[in-house]
Formats: sequence, structure tokens, C-alpha cells
Amino acid sequence: MRKTCLNMVHQLAQQDPRVVFIGSDLSPGLLQEMKEEMPARYFMEGVTEANVIGMAAGMAMDGFVPFVNTIATFITRRSYEQVALDLCLHDLPVRFIGNGGGVVYAPLGPTHLAVEDIAIMRALPNMTVTAVADSDEMVRLMKATLDWPHPIYIRLGKGGDPIVSHDRRGFEIGKGIVMREAAGTGAVVFVSCGVMTNRCLSASKLLSRQGIDSEVIHIHTIKPLDEELIIERTHHASLVVSVEEHTRIGGLGSAVAELFAERSGMPALVRLGLPDAFATNYGVQDDLLSLNGLQPDQITNRILNDVAQKNVA
Amino acid sequence: MTGIASSSVQPALLDERSLYLRQLVVRGLVGGNRGHVGSSMSLIEILRSLYDEVLRFQPDQPGWPERDRCILSKGHGCLALYALLADKGFFDAEELDRFCHVDGILGGHPERGKVPGVEASTGALGHGLSIGVGMALAARMQNRNSRVFVVMGDGEINEGSVWEAAMCAGKHKLSNLCAIVDYNKIQSAGPTEEIQTLEPLLDKWTSFGFKAVDVDGHDMSALSDVFKSVPIASNRPTAVICHTVKGKGIPFAENNPKWHHHSKFSPEILTEMNEALRTPA
Repeated sequence: MRKTCLNMVHQLAQQDPRVVFIGSDLSPGLLQEMKEEMPARYFMEGVTEANVIGMAAGMAMDGFVPFVNTIATFITRRSYEQVALDLCLHDLPVRFIGNGGGVVYAPLGPTHLAVEDIAIMRALPNMTVTAVADSDEMVRLMKATLDWPHPIYIRLGKGGDPIVSHDRRGFEIGKGIVMREAAGTGAVVFVSCGVMTNRCLSASKLLSRQGIDSEVIHIHTIKPLDEELIIERTHHASLVVSVEEHTRIGGLGSAVAELFAERSGMPALVRLGLPDAFATNYGVQDDLLSLNGLQPDQITNRILNDVAQKNVA
Repeated sequence: MTGIASSSVQPALLDERSLYLRQLVVRGLVGGNRGHVGSSMSLIEILRSLYDEVLRFQPDQPGWPERDRCILSKGHGCLALYALLADKGFFDAEELDRFCHVDGILGGHPERGKVPGVEASTGALGHGLSIGVGMALAARMQNRNSRVFVVMGDGEINEGSVWEAAMCAGKHKLSNLCAIVDYNKIQSAGPTEEIQTLEPLLDKWTSFGFKAVDVDGHDMSALSDVFKSVPIASNRPTAVICHTVKGKGIPFAENNPKWHHHSKFSPEILTEMNEALRTPA
């Protein structure tokens, strides 16, 4: 997903002279071809997150569309004030690409786990927050970024994630996608983002083997939230389950809960995500997802348990 | 031009225009019944020199692409900027009467898009130089001759982000960028030498790749010589350390940390301010 994303920056830069790339201190040889082909629009500025965001803002004020890339925790936590004021207050078309959204950097420990990035980005006015499902969808997102007039946070997954998205379903920033339709009303409806969508699709298949009808709504844009689609697809559900690789505070599940809280008659909502705690284990991404009940079989069992206990509206 | 120590800043009499611009600042202070008095008054000659003699701009077309950019990174000194922008016709001086009002465009910190002529919304410190670096790089990529001037406070340059930006500007040899420090030696909490030592300040900027010079920040002739010669070095950004007096022109506010910001002005204080700034008959 990361490689696809950065290759798209190069491709977009070939199409559009407004596109520039700004990295902090990334892998040697990163976007080497772009660097050689258009050195004037390629910047690698070192470990200066605050500066690169401000610099991108200055360029955007004069007509450029900068794509800034570094590790997700640093670009969101470290430079939060720059993101809030330089980008969001000025409402500038800067795109910042966060490597390792969620628990991708599991072996590196809590300093590198971007598990509240969606929450803090979502809180900022004018900000667009995205977490696509796979590298194919990343291509669609990147194409759509070119003329989106606001700042965009692009959360990257680990890479090598199964391809579950498809061209035929289209792609529009701010519009959710029904990835798997329920057979009828009264189904369990998953609302997910990022690579958790592939886990939900697997869980949905496991549930159907148990005779439980379910649907998967993929929300690649957490902000602005496709409220219309979520309401339309969930108001007849027996249970709504939000699933995210993110703390349960402030992310997709919270956004759905906020939406439901303002309407009467909405179904029960179960929010699956990471706990309000710093990670205490290392391992790999899948290990931390397993420890937190976010693998397909665990999600399935949780729902079966909820259904059995009639924890359903 | 170089080697100016704070003690050598002469208490020169302010000329008619400097007094007039300060009167506009006081108009804003009265309008809002509050404001950063000391921080605005130390800036007047720096901004006067830039707007009167150096910057290329068109008040009726604030977004003119070829203009020079001036970012007031120490946004709390905005009344000085508002005075200059009003004087140049970016907006009516009557706006000063509504400073900080609920329906006014002039807030306690300047906002791009709301105030014609304001290039960047500032207020949180340490943002302007990075934005200026981006603008200077943009001008280079677009083959524009625009220059970028970023005015910072001495307290502001405590921020680490300023030095990230300085390092970046030096690396890119941004000769179209000029960093200006309003070095009035007093930040909010007290004297800069007590709060966070800045010296050797000229050497710091030099070591970050700038051509750095000192100047008396109230000497119009000296300021004009420096700013008109930017870029001072053909392959380096410029840093101008302006030695100024906090509260300049208001005797009781000069060098007085308590006048960094003030609100609820008594009639006696306003009379005293107006008396100090009275244009000679």
C-alpha cells in the first residue's frame, strides 16, 4: 500500500506540475526515479516534522499540492499544532501520508503505534481523514486527492494486504462502499475502515456459515463521514458492529455512535477496536490484532456470543 | 550595520510618520480596550521600512502573484501590522475601532483570508518561518522574483520549529528569504537573557547558513539600507537582527514587561499615551 501510494505521488507529479513530494527522513532511494526526473519538486528534509508541515503549507498557499510523508505517529502527534493551524485553519490542499497506521509497527513498541491518529485528525475542522482497504483502493484515492480542496490525512496499512476492493464499486472521497450486501433486513452490519474491512468480510462469510446474515460497509473516508449511507444501511439492522485498528476512543466507532446518538430507533452498536491503553506487547501486527480480538474468527465469535445473549435490538 | 548592541540603540525622537503609525496602534488598543502594547510598538519601524520602501504589493489586489510576502510570525504584534495595512489602503482604518469586536475582521492575532494583506494566520509561535520557507521554495519553483520576509519575536525564537525551519532555509540557500527578529530583549515573562538565553544570536543565524546582520530597529535609514539590499548574499538566506525597544514611543511602557499585553485602559493612561505620541505642532 505504501509503495503504491508513493508511486502514485510520482505519477500524479508527472501529470500535474502542482504536485510536490516532501519526506522527512525516509528510506534511502525512496522515490528515486521521481527525484531524478523532477529534482525541483522532490524534497527530503530530515527529522523536522513541524517544519515540513509548515513548509508544505507555504507551498500550498502559492498553488502547489504537496504530499508530505513520514511515520504516522510523528506526522500526527508531533506536528499536531502545525497540522491544525498551518493546514486546517488555512484549509490548504496538503496531503500527509502516515506510514504504519494502527499497529503496523508492532515490533517497535508504543512510540510507533498510530492508534489514536484518526481521533486527533478527525477533531480538526476542514480535515479529511482516510484509511483505504488495500493498494488498489489506494490508487483510486490518490487519483481523487488531486482536486480535493482540503487537507487530507492518508493512513497507510502495512502492505501486502489482500485486495478486497474493486473498481466496479467506484470511489469517491466521503462516500462509503457496500462491500458485501446482506440478504435481507435484520442483518448484522459491519462498519469498518482500513485493513479491518478484509477481516470483516472474512467474518461475514464465517457468520453466514452459522446462518447469520450480515453486511459490510467500508468507510474509507472517516471524515467527512458518509452519514447518509450508514443510516440507510443500518437502520433496519439487528446489530451494528464497527471495527477499526484504532483505540475505541474517537475513531470510526465513535463517529458512528455520535451519529446514532442523534437519531431515535437506531439498532444496538458494538464498537470493536483497541483498548484505551498503550500496547504492552511486541510481535507483529497480526499478534496485536489477535490480542485485542480483531481477527475474523474472534470477531465472528464475539457476534455469535452477542446474538446468543440477545444483546441485540 | 553590524555589531550593534542593545545599549547603542539611541533614544532617537520618533518622526511624524512613526508617531502617526503608533497613533493608529493606539486607535486599535482603544477599539478593543486591549492589546499587545509593547510587542506592537517595537515593530513599527521594521514594518514601516518594509511597507514604505521595500515590499512590492498591490492593496487593491492582495493576491497579486508577483508580490513580496511579509509574514508577521509574532502574530501578537498584529496592531503594528494592521496600522501599516490600513495606512496602505488594504482596508479602512475604521476597522481599528472594531479591533477584537465580535463583528470585526481584526482579531488579536492576524488571519489570512479575513484581513486583506495578511499572508498567514499566526498567533501560535514558531510557525511563520516554515511557511516562509515553503513560499520561498514556491517562488523558486515558479520562477517568480517574489521575496519572503518573516518577522519573528525574540521570545518566539525559543521555539524549536524556528530552528528546524532555519536549518532548512540554509540547506536550500534561500536567498529570497529574509528572517527578521524583533529583538526587544523582553519576552512575556521577563528579560530574554533571564528566560532563555539567545546569545550569541548573530552567530546562531550565521551557523544555520544565513547571512546575518544587526541593525538598530528604530533607525529608518539603517533599516532601509539593510532591507533594500536583501538578498545580502547571493546564495544564502538573510537574517536581520533588529535591536528594538519594547513599547517604543510610550515612555511608561518602554522596556517594561508589564506592558507586553494590557487591557482595560484607564482614561489617564490613554491621555498619557496620546500625549507621548502627539505630533509636534
